[in-house]
Amino acid sequence: MPEIHIKVSSVEGKAVPIHGNDIDTDQIIPARFMKCVTFDGLGEYAFYDVRHDEDGNLKGHPFDEERYADASIMIVNSNFGCGSSREHAPQALARCGIRGIIGESYAEIFAGNCTSMGIPAVTLSPDEIKQLVAAVEKDPGMTVKIDLAGGVVVAGPHRFHFEIPSAYKQSLVDGSWDSTAVLLANLDAVKQTVASLPYLNGFQRAG
Amino acid sequence: MGRNLFDTVWDLHKVRTLESGQDQLFIGLHMIHEVTSPQAFQMIEERGLKVLHPERTFATVDHIVPTANQERPFQDKLAEEMMQAIENNTKKHGIEFFGLNTDRQGIVHIIGPELGLTQPGLTIACGDSHTSTHGAFGAIGFGIGTSQIRDVLATQCLAISRPRVRKINVTGTLKKGVYAKDIILKIIAELGVNGGIGYAYEYAGETIRGLSMEERMTICNMSIEGGARVGYVSPDETTIEYIKGRPYAPAGDEFERAAEFWRSIASGPDAEYDDVFELDANTLEPMVTWGITPGQAVGVSGRLPRVAELPDEHKEIADKAYAHMGFTEGQAMQGQAIDIAFLGSCTNGRISDLREAAEFLKGKKVSPSVKAFVVPGSKQVARQAEAEGLPEIFTAAGFGWRGAGCSMCLAMNPDKLQGRQICASSSNRNFVGRQGSPTGRTLLMSPVMVAAAAVAGQVVDVRNQI
Repeated sequence: MPEIHIKVSSVEGKAVPIHGNDIDTDQIIPARFMKCVTFDGLGEYAFYDVRHDEDGNLKGHPFDEERYADASIMIVNSNFGCGSSREHAPQALARCGIRGIIGESYAEIFAGNCTSMGIPAVTLSPDEIKQLVAAVEKDPGMTVKIDLAGGVVVAGPHRFHFEIPSAYKQSLVDGSWDSTAVLLANLDAVKQTVASLPYLNGFQRAG
Repeated sequence: MGRNLFDTVWDLHKVRTLESGQDQLFIGLHMIHEVTSPQAFQMIEERGLKVLHPERTFATVDHIVPTANQERPFQDKLAEEMMQAIENNTKKHGIEFFGLNTDRQGIVHIIGPELGLTQPGLTIACGDSHTSTHGAFGAIGFGIGTSQIRDVLATQCLAISRPRVRKINVTGTLKKGVYAKDIILKIIAELGVNGGIGYAYEYAGETIRGLSMEERMTICNMSIEGGARVGYVSPDETTIEYIKGRPYAPAGDEFERAAEFWRSIASGPDAEYDDVFELDANTLEPMVTWGITPGQAVGVSGRLPRVAELPDEHKEIADKAYAHMGFTEGQAMQGQAIDIAFLGSCTNGRISDLREAAEFLKGKKVSPSVKAFVVPGSKQVARQAEAEGLPEIFTAAGFGWRGAGCSMCLAMNPDKLQGRQICASSSNRNFVGRQGSPTGRTLLMSPVMVAAAAVAGQVVDVRNQI
């Protein structure tokens, strides 16, 4: 299979707001649905316990609202994706069609997992998120665009400059977000590091 | 100015700077378990790649393992399938596997240290956010996602950005009944569940120096609950003494050379940090969480916050917490009835945790309204506890004694809360649904506080009982 090398310079589509700070990965994908050896079937379990009551009936969640059907951009608040490192969380979201996330802030491992799947997770200020959510709630059909190369989120008349760690932006834009090939490209340098690490060389004093 | 341990260890392992600006970092020790690794093996196989350093990856099973009946095949077919996947993957790629049929199986963050795999100066990665635990040894432990497990398997490296370093300086003496768990719950309550994003936490100061390795592991374990992916303590004689003689530790002359290296990487007294936070241990009391994030904790003698008095950014999550927990603003946690008492997890499932709880339980009985059980963090912890007669104390008190695993910390196995049960838990997360029931409720606290709550049938201040 060829290495994945897809440039993600922008993502656009309808957006769905998910309200709340500190939404943890146990909420995004409850642990009991991680009993699997592939990520394939995770989509239907995204936010399962927030979407369903104990009898399995829908409780009313943005993911189930007609007006947000086919949304590919998710708008979130602060510390989204905290808790467990499970990549099952962004994998489940991706299988629900999510291709980009705009939020106030993210847990570090979650943001890294998104990037290594080619999903940009960009940051706006709380006030900008409020404006963006209001705009999307008013007109759910509106196209929201994360223009990675340009560094802006565009939604109708709104234009917000977002933040994203420069390394994440760079790797998405140049298509090196699937890091295996990048890391494999310089195995000689890895060998040099191995040769210099005390614990791989009997703790012999260097020089 | 001197260097801190984090920068020293990072630079030792830095292979090069990537075009993205991230560093390519060599990983000295990779640990895997059954939940987050099968997809990574699938990815490398699809690309025709092999495991570059199979001798630097070690595997065990913990998350899905039943604790009551560990007979194979497991009754849960999905769990059995995951078990077979890790057996097959490790065999195929030549990776050492501490399975249920060995005496070394257990929670991944407990077996690394007890086998002597975890050593100062290593970079350690595992597809589990509590990999920060290993930082207690002066290693840098990262929780990683499955795509990164793929990277480590194929290249023994991560593409990663260097975080800033915050020193958390803890001074003063812990009062009787106050434990390492209370230190970390207080730190998270003070700095917030997102306060550590972008930071590695160095725990330092006389209080930390005075802690055992197991207590240091409890603190480092929950770094991620404060948003910090990495937490560590500089190695000292306590660290070196702990490692000596363990199966995978260096031995003989090599151990002496290793110890010299380990001492040399500790943060110096004049080391520089991006930020410093001071915590006074003299004033600490036993902590209990009341909400749905580990930051929503109060001292056991305190009262729950009034939402109107909270900073704006904490109001909405506090409202959610009250709605889920069914508690009242201003109420005390002391006297709050519990249904389940769970003693175990990578946070507090080590031998010292079991000893302290057993010591408290001698001659006492679990309340008839409470179901209590203890899950040793590893088979070796279980073996040691058996040698010391701890299971007899637990079972005489009315605690169930189980096999090693993650159990009810995350409920990917038969151990689950039912309905709205409230659990006094020595684990690390009180997220909604975390312990297996979407409406279940978790109160995080120290192991001795869990034992005391089990006996009283309600949350009590353990300081009044010992």
